[in-house]
Formats: sequence, C-alpha cells, structure tokens
Amino acid sequence: MATTIEPPTIRTPPPARRTTGTRREARPLGHGRPALLMLAPFLVLYVLFIVGPAVYGVVMSFFDTSMVSTGLGTFAGFDNYGEALTSGDFWAAMWHTLWFTILTTPPLIVLALVFALLAERARRARWFFRLAFFLPYILPSAVVALIWIWMYTPALGLLTRTMTALGFAEPNWLGDPDWAMVSLAVTTVWWTLGFNFVLYLAGLQDIPRDLYEASAIDGAGPWQQIRMITLPLLSRTTSLVVVLQIIASMKVFDQMYIMTQGGPNFATRSLLEYVFDVGFTDFRSGYAAAASTLFFVAVLAVSTGWVVMTRRQEPEL
Amino acid sequence: MATLTYETRALSTAEARRYAASADRRTRLFNRCCTGVLIAFAILWLVPLAWALDTALKPNAETTNPTWLIHNPTLESFRALLAEGDVLNWYAASFITSAVVAAGTVVTASMAAYALSRLRFRFRWLAFWAILIGIMIPSQVLIVPRFRELGSVNLLNTYWAVILPQIPIAIAVFVFKQFFDGIPKDLDEAARIDGAGFFRAYAQVVMPLARPAVSAVAIFSFVWTWNDLLWPLLALSNPKIMTIPVGLATVQGTYGIRYADTMASAILGALPLVLVFLLFQRRIVEGIAGTGLKG
Repeated sequence: MATTIEPPTIRTPPPARRTTGTRREARPLGHGRPALLMLAPFLVLYVLFIVGPAVYGVVMSFFDTSMVSTGLGTFAGFDNYGEALTSGDFWAAMWHTLWFTILTTPPLIVLALVFALLAERARRARWFFRLAFFLPYILPSAVVALIWIWMYTPALGLLTRTMTALGFAEPNWLGDPDWAMVSLAVTTVWWTLGFNFVLYLAGLQDIPRDLYEASAIDGAGPWQQIRMITLPLLSRTTSLVVVLQIIASMKVFDQMYIMTQGGPNFATRSLLEYVFDVGFTDFRSGYAAAASTLFFVAVLAVSTGWVVMTRRQEPEL
Repeated sequence: MATLTYETRALSTAEARRYAASADRRTRLFNRCCTGVLIAFAILWLVPLAWALDTALKPNAETTNPTWLIHNPTLESFRALLAEGDVLNWYAASFITSAVVAAGTVVTASMAAYALSRLRFRFRWLAFWAILIGIMIPSQVLIVPRFRELGSVNLLNTYWAVILPQIPIAIAVFVFKQFFDGIPKDLDEAARIDGAGFFRAYAQVVMPLARPAVSAVAIFSFVWTWNDLLWPLLALSNPKIMTIPVGLATVQGTYGIRYADTMASAILGALPLVLVFLLFQRRIVEGIAGTGLKG
C-alpha cells in the first residue's frame, strides 16, 4: 500500500530460483498495489455486509433504536443488556435453545457415529447409505418442515398413525408444549444427521488399515477393535463434530419458525426467534441488537472453549 | 534363550494364522449383520421422502385415506401449482440469487485468497486476521443492522438484498488459500517471468489448477443461498420475488387441508437440490470432509 513499486517484469533467470528468498527479503513489501486490487472486491463486500453490520449492531445495542424511525435514537447505555438479562422471555428463549441443543446433540453424534461404523463394515451399498442419510441434509428447511408437519398431522400423519397402530395414545406432536420441542428435535435429527455421518466416514477413512490387520492377528474381535482402535483414533473427529453440532443447534430458527411459530404458548421459541420477534414484530432494533450480541457471546464462548480444550488435548494425541 | 525365542515365534505364527482365519470368519459375519442393520435404518430414513412423494401423487381428496396405496395417481397437484401459484417466480428468484452468489463468491474469494497466498504486502497479516474473524461471526446475529442498512439504500425487496450480503463468505477465502498454498509457486512464477501480470498468473495458471476448490465453493455457496431462510425472509416480502424456502414458509398455511398440494410444493422445492446432489454427490461429500476437518 505504501510502496507501489512494481517488481520488474524480467527477473533473475530461472537457475537462480533458489535465491528467491533473499530477493524477497530485500524488497518485502513489493506487491502492494496488485494485492489491494485483488483483495478489494471481497473486502469491500466483506466490510459492507459483515464487519459494518457487526459494528453497527454493537453500537445500536447501546441505543434505543427503533425499526420504525431513522437514526439511532437516544443513548441507553447498558439498559438494553440489563433488560435482556433480567427478562423472563429472554431466559426462556435461552433455555429453549439449550433444551433443543441437549435433545439434538447426543442423538446426532451417537447415531452418526454408529451409522458410520456400520457403513465402514459394509462392503456394498455405500452409495445407498450416503443417499439415504445425506440427501435430507441438503434440502431446504422449508421443505423438511412441510414434510414433517404432514408426518405429525393429528389423525392423518404417518407418524401419528404409526404410534396409534402400535397401541400408544395419539401424541399431539406439535400442539403439546411438552412434546413440541421433542418433535422438532426428531425432525432435526432426521434432517441434519447426514452432515455428521459424512464427517465420521471421512474420519474413519484416515485410520490406517494395518492397525486393524495387526489387531486381527492378535485375535481382536470387531467389538474390541472398535473400542480399542476406532473410538480413540476418532476422538479428534468427535470433538469437531460436537462443537459444530452445538453451534448449529444454538442457531436453530427455521424449524421453529415454520413448524410451531415458537409455540405452543412460546414453548419452542429459540433465541434467534426471540431476536426476530423483538426486532421485527416489536420493532425494537436496539434491544434486538443487544440480544444478538449476547447470542454472539454465547456462540463465541462455545467455540473458544473448544479451541482451549483441543489445544490441551493436542500434545497427548 | 535363543531356542526359546525361536519356539515361541514358530508357535505364535501358526496360532496367529488360526486366529486370523477364525477372526476373519467372525468379521465377515459381523460385517454382514452391520450391513443389514444399516439398510433397515437407511430405509427408515427414506420413508418421510417417499411418503411426501406418495401424498403428492394422490388427488387431494384421497389424502385423508392414509395408506401407501394410490387409487387414482395424478400429477394434478404439480400442474395446479405450476399453473396458478408463484412457484415459477420462486424458482427464478432462487436460481438467480444462488447462481450469482456462487459466481460472486468464487471470483471474489479466490482473488482475495490469491493475494493472501502469493503476494507480499505490508498489511497482509491484518487482511488475514480480519477475514479469519469473519468465520466466527454467525450471519444470524447481523440481521437487525443489515436490515436497516439495506433498507436505508432501498435495496430491500430486490434480488440484491439477498445476493450482496451472501457473497463475502470468509471460509471460502480459506478454502481457496489452502488450495493455492498447495500449488507449487514455480508454476505461476514461471508465468510471471514470461511477462504475465499477477492477475494473469491467477486467472490462467492457478485457477485452472484449482478446479476442485472452485467446484466445492461454488456448490456450497449455491446450496447455502438456495436453502437460506432467515435473511431472505426478512429481505423479501413481495411474493413475486421470494426464494423457494421463503415462498414455501409463507404460504404453508394457505393450502389448509390440501395435503397433496402441500407435498407437491415441497417436492418441487426439493427437486433442484436433489438434482444438484445426484450430480455432485462426490464433490459435496469430499467438500464437507475436507473443509470440516481442516478448516
């Protein structure tokens, strides 16, 4: 940026390639202008739509900004944060998000791992497993939601009728406050399992074959191999899957917005839907920005925690 | 001592063979059981999709008779949706926004990545960290300020409102950078010696070699844009220019008990992505495995 000297078009002849390093050290800041030109398109959009809104949002969170008027409004200090942190609705949404995370994360990890282990053993039909488990993952949330609303429809839905056919009382899947979140979790497990499945399959492929062969010669059965070789060597994949899963679950919005609208009686309103409601239904932009910032802090805490934990694990691996 | 070792070794090889043979038999049996169990689960996983298709092929009136059997199979629901609704507009909106975002992301992110990978300039570290931080920011926390920002320049309810904010995907820069770092520098340096500028070295030497990264970033940004709900839902309120997920989410109540129509609309919304998946299955899976583990 400061230096705009173009490097000469004709350089030292090819045999002198080894000297590249020294030449570079002599003029370390040589490519300012081309670098700026090539970075500019990305950086402009990045500043306009990521960095800019992020800063604007944090600023806004300290004001009484309203959706229906221009300008930031009056300065509010930490009032928005204070209100959020003492608001029952905010903490209810926080709890719903956490409850959703608790309901979805263990099955999404355990089932994905089990399916991947089973698929690893299957010699044939791998394409079929990938199709069955991964296809739902790339469907739009709206499509998934429509299909599952139909599955859960009282009296007519496939799942409802399966339950009654098996002799259970007909559950009111999406209408009962106690069951609605479980129903959303079931849908989500069906929808997103493929992602973890694929990560685990990749992790399994990185385990050297000879370990299994050597252990087989030592007389290890499949179960021992899984316990003593596969699981320990998958621990890195597992820690990655866990953190990606927790963060993805924290960001839940689509399923609730379409399938339950946060109900019944706000029983499934997630944190993002709370932000959506206060920001775009109550028009309280400043307050919604404060809630967003708190949400961001929570996500950041999880990823930082993960980085710290994996750093600590690293030497052992 | 020597004989003892020799004997143990001989014994253990013979034994090892027997062990290995029996372990082999056990393993094969075990593997077959595994396949069986997994096939059952895979079929279970396909049931909702099959049921949706089954329902969509029934006349609306028949959907209250909940069996897999279709007495009068019909494509009427599909025909009606394509004829009367905004579905074709939604397709257009989704295709235009997703394709432009995919192209925009590939071009801008790869150029930025080339600069970070090959060029030396004073604020390289700053650009690097600034973009790295972007990976940590979930786009969902930006909806409120972004809405005001785009509202103030009257871009809401245009395709631009969906396209522009989704192009700068920070992770795409790092996918490209990682790939470029693996391409020998000699190749583009040779081009530069022949008189090519940095841009030509990037466009004509490095990019053609980076096809796997290009296709991974293009496919993912396309699918993400196609599937995104929260931001387009806020940015687009005019049914004529809604993307498919927004359209489906908005009208899902209005079909009422016309279950066949509802499922037909879900199938129509899913169809392009099913095609993308079938065409690029391997690339998608490799992309997830690659970026997920290394990113």
